[in-house]
Amino acid sequence: MREFDYRRAADAHEAVALLSGEPEARFLGGGTNLVDLMKTGVENPALLVDVRGLPLDRVEVADDGALTIGATMTNSDLAAHPEVRHRYPALAEALLAGASGQLRNMATVGGNLLQRTRCGYFTDLSRPCNKREPGSGCSALDGEHHNHAILGWSEHCVATNPSDMAVALAAFDAVVRVLTAEGSAEIPLAEFYLPVGDTPHRETALPDGALITGVTLPAATVAARSRYRKVRERASYAFANGSIAAALHVEDGTVRDVRIAFGAVASRPWRAREAERALIGGPATPEAFAAAADAELAAARPLAHNGYKVPLIRNLVVSTLTELQEAAR
Amino acid sequence: MTSTKSTAISLRVNGETHSLTVDNRTTLLDALRERLDLIGTKKGCDQGQCGACTVLLDGRRVNSCLQLAVAAEGREVTTVEGVADGERLHPVQQAFLDLDGYQCGYCTSGQICSAVAVIEELAREWPSAATEDVRRPPEVSEEEIRERMSGNLCRCGAYVNIVRAVTQAAKNEQVTA
Amino acid sequence: MTTPAAPPRTSATGTPHTRREGRAKVTGEARYAADIPFAELAHGWLVTSTVARGRIRSIDTDAVLAMPGVLAVLHHGNALRLTPGAGVMGPDANLQLLQDDRVPHVGWPVALVVAETQEQAREGADALVITYDEEPHDTAFRADHPGLRPTTPSPLAMPDVDQGDPDAELAASAVVVDREYTTPEEFHNAMEPHAAMARWENGRLEVVDSNQGSYAVAQVLAKLFSLDADKVRVRSEHVGGGFGSKGLRLPHAVLAAMATTVLNRPVRVVLTRRQMFSLVGHRPATAQRVRLGADADGRLRVLEHETASATSTVHEYAEQSTRHSRILYAADAFRLRTRVVPLDVPTPSFMRAPGWTTGSFAVESAMDELAAEAGVDPIALRIRNEPEVGPVSGLPFSSRNLVGCLEEGARRFGWADRDPRPGVRRDGRWLLGTGVASSAHSAGVGASTAAITAEADGTFTVRVTAADIGTGARTALSQIAADALDVSPESVRIRIADSDFGPAWLAGGSMGTASWAWAITEAAVALRKKLADVIDVPPEGITAGADTTELLGAREQRESHGYGAQFAEVAVDPLSGEVRVRRMLGIFAVGRVINPLTARSQLVGGMTWGLSMALHEEGARDDVSGGLANGDLAGYHVAANADVPVIEADWVEDHDTYNPSGIKGLGEIGIVGGAAAIANAVWHATGVRHRHLPISLDRVLNGGRR
Repeated sequence: MREFDYRRAADAHEAVALLSGEPEARFLGGGTNLVDLMKTGVENPALLVDVRGLPLDRVEVADDGALTIGATMTNSDLAAHPEVRHRYPALAEALLAGASGQLRNMATVGGNLLQRTRCGYFTDLSRPCNKREPGSGCSALDGEHHNHAILGWSEHCVATNPSDMAVALAAFDAVVRVLTAEGSAEIPLAEFYLPVGDTPHRETALPDGALITGVTLPAATVAARSRYRKVRERASYAFANGSIAAALHVEDGTVRDVRIAFGAVASRPWRAREAERALIGGPATPEAFAAAADAELAAARPLAHNGYKVPLIRNLVVSTLTELQEAAR
Repeated sequence: MTSTKSTAISLRVNGETHSLTVDNRTTLLDALRERLDLIGTKKGCDQGQCGACTVLLDGRRVNSCLQLAVAAEGREVTTVEGVADGERLHPVQQAFLDLDGYQCGYCTSGQICSAVAVIEELAREWPSAATEDVRRPPEVSEEEIRERMSGNLCRCGAYVNIVRAVTQAAKNEQVTA
Repeated sequence: MTTPAAPPRTSATGTPHTRREGRAKVTGEARYAADIPFAELAHGWLVTSTVARGRIRSIDTDAVLAMPGVLAVLHHGNALRLTPGAGVMGPDANLQLLQDDRVPHVGWPVALVVAETQEQAREGADALVITYDEEPHDTAFRADHPGLRPTTPSPLAMPDVDQGDPDAELAASAVVVDREYTTPEEFHNAMEPHAAMARWENGRLEVVDSNQGSYAVAQVLAKLFSLDADKVRVRSEHVGGGFGSKGLRLPHAVLAAMATTVLNRPVRVVLTRRQMFSLVGHRPATAQRVRLGADADGRLRVLEHETASATSTVHEYAEQSTRHSRILYAADAFRLRTRVVPLDVPTPSFMRAPGWTTGSFAVESAMDELAAEAGVDPIALRIRNEPEVGPVSGLPFSSRNLVGCLEEGARRFGWADRDPRPGVRRDGRWLLGTGVASSAHSAGVGASTAAITAEADGTFTVRVTAADIGTGARTALSQIAADALDVSPESVRIRIADSDFGPAWLAGGSMGTASWAWAITEAAVALRKKLADVIDVPPEGITAGADTTELLGAREQRESHGYGAQFAEVAVDPLSGEVRVRRMLGIFAVGRVINPLTARSQLVGGMTWGLSMALHEEGARDDVSGGLANGDLAGYHVAANADVPVIEADWVEDHDTYNPSGIKGLGEIGIVGGAAAIANAVWHATGVRHRHLPISLDRVLNGGRR
């Protein structure tokens, strides 16, 4: 690890000011990902601006019911928050499915949104990786990729986004709030993560030097009936091989509202809009759920060793929606 | 901006304040072990992937290998050395000893710090991935404890006794609470 | 003066005792090799190769030597010359570190950066620029690899067996099972990374080390550095797990010793978790073919077992998977083969129940397939093939109670109610099934010395170069000494893990306690004889020692093993591929149990390994680079707490005096057969046979294949 300067910011504006004009500077939140990447040499900041102590560590409820979640709130605190547990249970479940109790106590909401892929080649400096070193190549494409992307990848990168939280946020149309030297701005989560294309090193639409200050979750009745299901190679403390955040509102056997997002299948949380479109206004039956999953997965392009993810995701759609429907009865 | 690759900090550990200058790169784990001679906290992976380095920071469990020491200034650190009440072992420690909740002992400090926090998290009714319905308070069950203790790997395979020990300590806590 | 007769003392052995070091372990006071402070300590950070085969072209040390705090960069161009031929069990070229420019695999040590602090050493190691002349490499293991060859004969190698007429027996068999099974590379991953501090103290090389046998390590270091044996002292206080990885490969100790010799100040070298995946051995990938031929009632006519495993180009390690086949079942004919494929991979090594673990997965799975084919209950099938004498050796058994394990286990597990049909039980989304497998492990004894001192204050001090790597050796040995001296364990002080105490067997091969106990018991006999004529013990105490080398040499040959039966119940979600073990039961016949508390922990720990092997563990080697793509604890999964249900272990009567202590050792047998019991249960749950480990969710979704 290279030596670096360390500054603590008193407020968000100071944090942005400290970072501005310092291209090799990074914000430090919980550090669970950044410090690890600094140890492996993937990240080599010259300056860390510690934002963990900023007064952005609470949930605010707007008059219309929308939640604004502070960026420095820990994953644990957010998962335990009554508003989240009752109104967005899939978000609480997604947070609790992530990492370990220790890591959730450290990790912040803002940091979680920015965590980097766990592709083994990304952290192995001796191997080509376009995400780490643009133009060097993708080792996973013809290498070990049993837990890599089936959707939205390019030949430049087949890595997945590891966040569980972001999958639930994607399902609930979250909006990321950011602060730059020019002022504050909002970026819908759907636009926050960039397509891979030929620039896998550019992962988000976050402007240079911008600080994530929070995430807004619009009020959504459907979210109260939601689930996050994560399938992984251990019962706990492992990244997903496939996951789903789903919410379902059915009236008289007809789907009135539905939200579906997948994790561990793409470079970003994958909002399954094709599947949602296929379901809205139609019958809430296992056959319809399966057809909707197939509609979404028609775009899937499995690699040589991760074809299992296609049936896995399909099955998760059917079983999770079925479970939600049965719970509502 | 002046360059400061090291920082003078004061660390509060187990109720005592220590003043020291740390290389900004130094993790809390290394500061405890190499600077304060508190070697009870262990380095198993140095990557947040095993839990051997678990300590309490402001009463909450964290992986000290990913916590920069400089960023821990002003916060209250409790290590395994600070868990007991003088000569009297903490109920979690006593349960580990009585029920053989360890073998080689290397993960034990982290397991014990984690278990102390798990009991507190249950008391605060925090849900977990094992909680059937996150809208309701969790029960104190072996299944809950298994899930909550999963951030502490034990390669000797002492999980069965660890769960017994933590359950026993947690249930005693409920009785006395 | 008359004294009232003392009440008869309760035997210390056979009753549960909490660990002697328990308080130290729960309070954090227990010190491991990297925990012990030394004045002027320097830190070494290992640099390993990034290519799989080739030669080092250049190492640019100047820039690194100029970095703050850096004291030295050791590499093949400037390292001390080591004496060839050193090794714990025969010469092992893996110990010849920094001796030449050859790179035999990814992760091979190429330099050691020594600095004032850990951070500086690590930064120096990161900054060290090394260039290589790369050569084409081959790391892809398969049974039909052109490099497949027989193993080199050695005392550890099981010879091939051709007994009876296997082809004729196969032809005459009513039921034949002929299958291939594979197991992947698996890694020990003791929680404590390998660490050593070395310094020169009063003309002696002193090493505080994390190992499974301080005497053996001292001998190896003496040989490597051409020192008289008494000029090296190796010791440890506590050791954070070993599982076979802390006996043979000692890069941390060798390089710490080299660095302290160069710098003349104490140097500590600690391996990183990632380095542990290439430097301290692993269980090699295996491909095994098992052919069973049986009569209609399941009686075996023939057992064929051909095993191939990957090894390195540095040192041959052959996984002895046929050990299980040589001892478990009677058959009219045997054909056993052990083969290796040398590749550009790190050298494998002993890993918890080496040979037994991989072999039992194949053979016990095949037995389950045979049971299903023949329509015979899996337990009845095993009992039907119970041998009278060693099936291959013809030697008598020292004792054997496999049948007792199977029967007691069946009773307690509720086997009698089992519906043998696969794929017919459901609990919500889960399919349920149960499975069984037999376990066995050799019960050996190694020559050891021990000494006991009767102190003037009436207490006793035992000295033996044992290691307690989590086994509970300290506690068990004090119980043994107490009974041998006929005193209470409280009056026995036990000192272990110091090479100055003399030769002793390693904590390995499930032989530690049995070996040390014999020496301690002999020393106690000698001491009691000496004490018989003593009225006052002098201040320095009275000491008696023992060496079991001759006693051991005088024993007749026997088949001496521990046995067991393992039962598992699993739940499989065929839609997600998730497999969960719901309960496990192991019943063992492992001779005399000294400390039921810690013995049970060891057996359950072994069974937990079986679960982990069945469902999780797999090194993913990237054949393009030749390195591991998942060489850390987030990528290489060992079972976490949530994976492990209630696991019960217990034992049946097994009186055996082949080793006078009656001890058979139980550190390894718990893993043997566990993966097969789980795989068999998965078949019973789903009807799909998993012949390739681990039973990962992608394999479940793909019907057992990839």
